[in-house]
Amino acid sequence: MYSDKVISHFQNPHNMGKIEGPDGLGEVGNPICGDMMRIYLKVGRNGKSEEFIEDIKFETLGCVAAIATSSMITELAKGKTFSEALKIEFSDVKNSLGSLPPIKLHCADLAVKALRAAIEDYKERNG
Amino acid sequence: MNDKIYLDYAATTPLDEQVFEVMKPYFSQAFGNASSVHQFGQAAQKGVINARHQVAEFLNCQADEVIFISGATEGNNTVIKGIGGNKKLAEKIGAKPHIIISKIEHECILASSERLEKEGMAEVAFLPVNSEGLVEISELQKNIKPNTILVSIMYANNETGAVEPIEEIGQFLKKINQGREQKIYFHTDASQALNYLDCDVQKLGVDLLTLSGHKIYGPKGVGALFVRQGTPVARFMDGGEQEFKMRAGTHNTPGIVGLGAAISVLKQKNNVNSNIKQLRDKLINGVLKNIPQSFINGSLEKRLPNNANFRFEGVEGEAIIVALDLEGIAVSTGSACAARSLSPSHVLGAMGLTPSQSHSSVRFSLGCQTTDEQIEKVLEVLPKIIEKLRNLSGDLNESAKIKEKAKLPDDFGC
Repeated sequence: MYSDKVISHFQNPHNMGKIEGPDGLGEVGNPICGDMMRIYLKVGRNGKSEEFIEDIKFETLGCVAAIATSSMITELAKGKTFSEALKIEFSDVKNSLGSLPPIKLHCADLAVKALRAAIEDYKERNG
Repeated sequence: MNDKIYLDYAATTPLDEQVFEVMKPYFSQAFGNASSVHQFGQAAQKGVINARHQVAEFLNCQADEVIFISGATEGNNTVIKGIGGNKKLAEKIGAKPHIIISKIEHECILASSERLEKEGMAEVAFLPVNSEGLVEISELQKNIKPNTILVSIMYANNETGAVEPIEEIGQFLKKINQGREQKIYFHTDASQALNYLDCDVQKLGVDLLTLSGHKIYGPKGVGALFVRQGTPVARFMDGGEQEFKMRAGTHNTPGIVGLGAAISVLKQKNNVNSNIKQLRDKLINGVLKNIPQSFINGSLEKRLPNNANFRFEGVEGEAIIVALDLEGIAVSTGSACAARSLSPSHVLGAMGLTPSQSHSSVRFSLGCQTTDEQIEKVLEVLPKIIEKLRNLSGDLNESAKIKEKAKLPDDFGC
């Protein structure tokens, strides 16, 4: 049912956990679907003084796909500037994982939404 | 697969070796069509007749009250549509037939009933269950109407193993029927019950009972439907006179012979069953003791001896299943039929569990080949899995509870 890559991220998730005092925090999901995701950001500025994702961590209550897509989105987003990170689409998450069962595609979408919510939260805090 | 641990006997069971031996000749030696007149046909027919007697003996009914079918799903469809959607019967009572089922029935009962309702063929009442997953007779009583023609309540639930009060319901309906012009027929889906419970149809007071081969160490693709004489079930499958003109189609002789053999072996399994219960109790006690925030769903007392349905707060069931599978341990969330759906279990929901509690539930079902070592292994592996997944979810479970209290709309796009 799941690709080897999905299973590998499920067994050894990357960037799991919290960031204390995060610069941005996004929480998405719905208990009725069974998947809840939270993304923590630490934001830095690069040489061109652009904001970029210096560190990123996630917490997920959900199925194998939800855990794997959360892990993958943190991999994809880490080190990226905001404008680069906002370009990550659900298909990027899916393709990076090899494949996802059709019924689990929404998990990739949820991961993208969590990242965007965290960036949004940072922007709101920093007006 | 020998080092793997199978704890999903409620989904299906391995074929008993003895049963397999009995079936073998019917594939290529006694291969005739059981309806044929020649000796090839007669040899096959002998097997069918013998199996019919074996099933009848187990159910304590007449042999001609046993109809062989492809499995419980077909049997349940036949009953609901053949009685609830029976036009002749509707004409006779001069009203739209009313059927009563419980909210925790298998999908095939629910979907068949919903179809009848949607197509305007029947009215359907869905009985609630209490927090232990049990149907209450008072609820049944409240729902009986003059046009009620069928009550269908499962004997034991596939997800929680809850054992429903079938005998009591049978007695209750018998009383009610004495004062009624239109009899209320009583059906039970006994697929999960056969291994462990008394299925004497006279004692239970049922008019119809469904059973399945592959849940009782018999072959897949075969089952039987008990239809008490005089019960008006409209034929589901047309095109032949097999099964007393009630179910057309060439007999699945090896399957039918296997079903008969499996059911006659069942009686000898009492010792095995008490061992299964001991192992199941060890599993329950070990889990509840060693894993914080773990709970058992459903009644402990009125429960099949091989079932344990746990809830681990703050973890999602599918993640537990895959993590266990990677350790070689096979379990499932509720029903195998619903494993690919995202909605929380309708059974646990009917018992009052929130969606997130349902999502955090896992079913272990033990069987003949379960050993003490296997349960030890589960008790060693499971706490670590739960701990790891809880570390991943942080305190999102609290967040989920808050969102649930806020009563989000059903349409949430997942």
